[in-house]
Amino acid sequence: MENLAQIAPLIILFPAIGAFINFFWGAKMGEGASAMVGTVASGSSFLVALGLLAYLTGNGFNPAVINPPLLDSWIRIDSVGLDISWQTRVDTLSVSMTLFVTFVGTLIHIYAAGYMHGDPRFSRFFAYLNMFLAFMLILVMGNNLLMMFVGWEGVGLCSYLLISFWWDKPGGEGIANSNAGRKAFIANRVGDFGVLIAIFLSFWAFGTLDYYKPNEIPNPQVSAAHLEEETDSSRVFYSFADEDVEMSQLGMFGQVARYVRIDEAASVSLDNARTILNQARGTGDEQLIAQAEALLETTRAEADANRPQFNIGPATFGIGTLLTLITLFMLLGVTGKSAQIPLFVWLPDAMAGPTPVSALIHAATMVTAGVYMMVRSNIMFHHAELTSIIVALIGATTALVAGFIAIGQFDIKRVLAYSTISQLGFMVAAVGLGAYVAAMFHMITHAFFKALLFLGSGSVIHGMEHGHHHVHLHDADHPEAVTHDSHDDDGFDPQDMRYMGGLREKMPVTYWTYLFGTIALAGIWPFAGFWSKDEILLDAWYVGFEKGLFQGFIVLGLLFAAAAFTAFYMWRQIEMVFHGKPRHEAAEHASESSRSMTIPLVILAFFALFVGFINIPSGIGFPFTFGLEGVLGVHLLGDFLEYSIFAEAFNLLTFNALIAIPALAVGIGGILAARSVYGGGKAIDASGQDPLQADPNTALVWNVAYARMYWDEIYFALIINPYIRIADFLYEVVDWGFLHDYFHDSVLIRGYRSMGDLLARPFDLGIIDGAVNGLGWLAGRIGGGLRLTQTGYVRTYAVALLLGVVAVIILMLLPLI
Amino acid sequence: MALQQFAPIAALIILAVVLTFIISNISTIFGPSNNTSRKTAPYESGMQPIGVGMRRMPVKFYLIGVLFILFDIEVIFFLPWAVVFRDLGFYGLAVMGLFFFILTIGLIYEWKKGALEWE
Amino acid sequence: MIDVPSIADLNLTVTFPAVFLALFTMVVLIVDLFIPKDRKIRTAHLTLGGLVVAFVWNVLVFDSNQTALGGMYIADSFSGFINFIALTAAIITCFLSVDYLKRTGIEQGEFYSLLLFSTAGVMFMGAASDLIVVFIALEILSIPLYVMAAMRYRDAKSEESGLKYFILGAFASAFFLYGAALVYGATGTTSLPEIFASVEGIVATDSGARLYLVLGAALIFVGLGFKVAVVPFHMWTPDVYEGAPTPVTAFMSVAAKAGGFAALLRLMVIALPELTANIGDTIAIWQTTIAIVAAATMILGNFVAIVQTNVKRMLAYSSIAHAGYILMGVAAVGTIGVAEEATRAALIYMLAYTFTNLGAFAVVMALEKDDGSGTQIADFKGLSRSRPLLAVMMAFFMLSLTGVPTTAGFIGKFLLFGAALEAGLVLLTIIGVLTSVVSAYYYVRIIVNMYLEDGEGDPAEGATQYLNYATYAAFAGTLIIGLFPFLAVNLLDTMMIAGLF
Repeated sequence: MENLAQIAPLIILFPAIGAFINFFWGAKMGEGASAMVGTVASGSSFLVALGLLAYLTGNGFNPAVINPPLLDSWIRIDSVGLDISWQTRVDTLSVSMTLFVTFVGTLIHIYAAGYMHGDPRFSRFFAYLNMFLAFMLILVMGNNLLMMFVGWEGVGLCSYLLISFWWDKPGGEGIANSNAGRKAFIANRVGDFGVLIAIFLSFWAFGTLDYYKPNEIPNPQVSAAHLEEETDSSRVFYSFADEDVEMSQLGMFGQVARYVRIDEAASVSLDNARTILNQARGTGDEQLIAQAEALLETTRAEADANRPQFNIGPATFGIGTLLTLITLFMLLGVTGKSAQIPLFVWLPDAMAGPTPVSALIHAATMVTAGVYMMVRSNIMFHHAELTSIIVALIGATTALVAGFIAIGQFDIKRVLAYSTISQLGFMVAAVGLGAYVAAMFHMITHAFFKALLFLGSGSVIHGMEHGHHHVHLHDADHPEAVTHDSHDDDGFDPQDMRYMGGLREKMPVTYWTYLFGTIALAGIWPFAGFWSKDEILLDAWYVGFEKGLFQGFIVLGLLFAAAAFTAFYMWRQIEMVFHGKPRHEAAEHASESSRSMTIPLVILAFFALFVGFINIPSGIGFPFTFGLEGVLGVHLLGDFLEYSIFAEAFNLLTFNALIAIPALAVGIGGILAARSVYGGGKAIDASGQDPLQADPNTALVWNVAYARMYWDEIYFALIINPYIRIADFLYEVVDWGFLHDYFHDSVLIRGYRSMGDLLARPFDLGIIDGAVNGLGWLAGRIGGGLRLTQTGYVRTYAVALLLGVVAVIILMLLPLI
Repeated sequence: MALQQFAPIAALIILAVVLTFIISNISTIFGPSNNTSRKTAPYESGMQPIGVGMRRMPVKFYLIGVLFILFDIEVIFFLPWAVVFRDLGFYGLAVMGLFFFILTIGLIYEWKKGALEWE
Repeated sequence: MIDVPSIADLNLTVTFPAVFLALFTMVVLIVDLFIPKDRKIRTAHLTLGGLVVAFVWNVLVFDSNQTALGGMYIADSFSGFINFIALTAAIITCFLSVDYLKRTGIEQGEFYSLLLFSTAGVMFMGAASDLIVVFIALEILSIPLYVMAAMRYRDAKSEESGLKYFILGAFASAFFLYGAALVYGATGTTSLPEIFASVEGIVATDSGARLYLVLGAALIFVGLGFKVAVVPFHMWTPDVYEGAPTPVTAFMSVAAKAGGFAALLRLMVIALPELTANIGDTIAIWQTTIAIVAAATMILGNFVAIVQTNVKRMLAYSSIAHAGYILMGVAAVGTIGVAEEATRAALIYMLAYTFTNLGAFAVVMALEKDDGSGTQIADFKGLSRSRPLLAVMMAFFMLSLTGVPTTAGFIGKFLLFGAALEAGLVLLTIIGVLTSVVSAYYYVRIIVNMYLEDGEGDPAEGATQYLNYATYAAFAGTLIIGLFPFLAVNLLDTMMIAGLF
């Protein structure tokens, strides 16, 4: 078991190989083999992840760092001490990520085999999916920020490729697809810029980008327990609590802990000195006061000398400022990748990609990368209080705003996209509150039920297209080869919920699994969403009421509201899509999707129900947990992650009915409200309007949600249009008007002409011509001479060689004379 | 006493002379002979000893000659090796084995290429 | 009593890339006998397999920094790097040869064994730590090349080039041997580290031995200078390069050069860096000579290349010019303290040149007709239209040979000029820069022909599958070194010429 961790690099290798095969031979292999390669590659990664889990449980959850062969010292610049290895890190955090990424990924591969059937670029799709998995796993498994960044950029690239996968659709739609891809890419570039700056700053300050050095134990508690068990003498374990370890032996997080400790020690001694001074002042004794003042002075001097200082360019920072800066730049990256305000606008458009992509990349895995980065850097965020507050507020605001917008959408996938943004807001808010476990917990549960919902929506779309084709008999010869051309001549859109309705009878499996996903997302007991959302709310309550911090109250309020919206818009969707009567002939003729698509749905639905029990809070038992805490234990995930999350940033809370019951009430209330508005077959009224839109009391608010709160318009007005205007100005006025028309024509050409005139007549004719003619004559002579030497006769060459020898000898001997 | 030291050398000289005599004549004595004018020429290699220097001549003789010299060289290595064979031990055997192996490969090559066939 | 080493003392593991290749040559030689005449591609595959094994092994023992074969062989990152160059060149040449040999009707299995032999010679040359090994390696490197040059024996030009190369090469080898003998006479040893140890004493006592040593160094320089074709020992180059089959020319222009320079650098860096006129000087006696030769080589090579109309011949002269640049690095070694930097620069230049030049030859071969025509500069007209990819790659190779940034050639020139400046060879550096400007003229002329001149464009029928592999490999190498020079530099970052740095 000790060496089991060595398999870690395989987890990246398998999908990479899969992608490679599919890229080069996929088109020749045919659909079946191509899908098989992709799925097997992904499944193998899942098996590796299970192996890594076995390694962790068998070795006291101690992290391992694996150096794959040949990739040591991937980038090394000795002069600045940069030495980055392609190390994979096996710890509880990375393994819990990989487990759900590869598991959900595998299911989606299976699903995609059915969904993409008949697509002309079938194998290319699987190649991209595998490539995405490889990059995602690089992002997760890396042991340094740069590897994370490689993965970060890689998943961004795959996301771009997959969003614009159908770039060649007829009409304007292909262009719209590729524009969506571009939008995603550009929005992410803005965020990536922040990540890059954060990486630069980290390296500048800490001289390394490794999270932890290979033989470093991040968590003091773990290391103490482990050191007793450690028998392998080849690895020297130490924790960054040991004061005798050199700073340079620590990774960046260990250094942060050490610097913070030093900084705090200085503050404490300064505070002590101040207290003594105050006491002395209290006595009124001049001598004592003078002594105390002197003490304060020396302590202050000492503290100033001891406090860690970081010189970044001309500026000098303390550790607190530095961490705030780094984390703020990271946050910029998070808002891009994890779709938070202000950069979230790309995610709804990203739904232009095929649905499996939306499920895998834009719901379950890639968009959680930002949250993962923050959890990974938990020690930095923990010590950067200002950033934490901003993170919490951004997350909670996003959760509410996106939840609100979701109410006004008609596109089935767009609703889910805003829902994803909203749920990511929950996770980000949790990180901001210091509830890293809760964030991870929600990330995992969300991955399951949001993937379920997306795949379900894909199944619905598939069914609708089938129905549409059935009606129009477009492809009578190839009824199976649905080509996903969503917009037809008659304006029919298989993703528009207004055309749906009554699909419950047509697609029973899809309906029931979708219902499971909806209830889970709404946070109804006993589904997964209840447990994870409750934990976040509980943490918000804890931060607000127990710690007395204002952001706790704000977040709690915003998230409660967001939870209500969540339940509302999800039930609205159920009503519109599945209940009532079919509103379009396509919906009437819709049929259930193939086995390859429904089986993943069922599996995911099972997990949507039960995955929440992996982290049962303490203080609650049978019957609410079905007695599962006896099997799984309390805080299973929390105890697992304890080995990866910095001890001071770690808290596991007891179940609190005062939070859980209102949360549940809000969820059920949302559902009931939606039911009363949309239920009973009036999901869409006769004029094709949403009931809220039709009602003059709510129309104003609803229209704001429908217009997506004008985010895109605001961006266009504030940023993009001015940008275009500046570009136009530069192009038309500066470049053409000034540089070309004026500078080039008037200054350069005229100046050149007059110079040329000057040079041509007296100078050229007189001097140059003569010289050139002379040179030509000379070159001819030299060339002739050289040609004479190159006779082709060996004897000539031998003689030349001999002369050369003599020349070399003479030259060599000259210095001796 | 001093002369006795040279006894082996004397024996070697006598042996060499006798052996040479036997070897060079044994085929003449026992083998069938069919003398032609060319065969009785001093240089039995198709070369005219007297006449113009640049003229056509059969290249086969040269091929055989070159091959012969190649393999003859081995003696240069084998003889000293044989003298200190015991001192060199296994190392010497291994190295010489390698040398011999390479030579054999050369032989196989020329054999297979047909360089040893006269016609 | 004879001091008998044991087999283990030979330390064969680290010599494996070279020794394996030498042994593998015989395997190829024998196996080829049993391969039917129309299946010679199998020989090529076998050869490639052996080369790849040697390559992988070379990666494994890359900087083991051990001596082997009783101190006659050094396995350090220097030799590892030379092995790398030699094997790369051989692999690419292999790809170049397959179809060329077939269509010119000279497909013979021996070609591959000779190629392997020559490659092994280059590798031994880079790892030699003894003058005798240097000489033997020089012969192993050269003799197969003589044969290969004459491989197209139905063509009188090829035959002539082989013979010419052989006679002059033997002549030069004799000089080398004479020089080695003089050095041995002066120092009493042929081992390079031991020569180094005795140089200081010889310089200090100002004895007659010093004269012998300098003479010996000069003659060894002549012998190796002939191999790498520096002025005034370059006369054979254009004739031989033009006459030899083109893949052989390509191989000769990089591998033989790499071997020669490897031995030259070894000798100058390990054995003779402190051969100064007076004790305490910081500049070796031989530096001025090599600098002058380098300058002459750069000037002549570049200027004569301008007037060539045949691309093969142009590349031959340009290869002379490039030898001049590398020689500049050798000259820089002569300043004490710059040796490491200069050696590294020269090695990286060689690697860059290997990829680039092989690539250029590959493109030339793509255009070459079966009868050897089609290599005039005019034949490149309009290539950008008939074969755009080929034209792009050729343009890139030409830019790399010129030394334009983002190409491998730039990295090499940059490092070399830097080392030369460090060594105080300012005038030489200026000549180097000016001549590379001159060289731009004839390199860019090909680009102009391809892109700007009217012409219907050559269909480039020679661009067969294997040749394309070679072209892509060379292109990738050129591009990668140009974009990520640290990949190559890092290899030599901890460069150890065993025992010196």
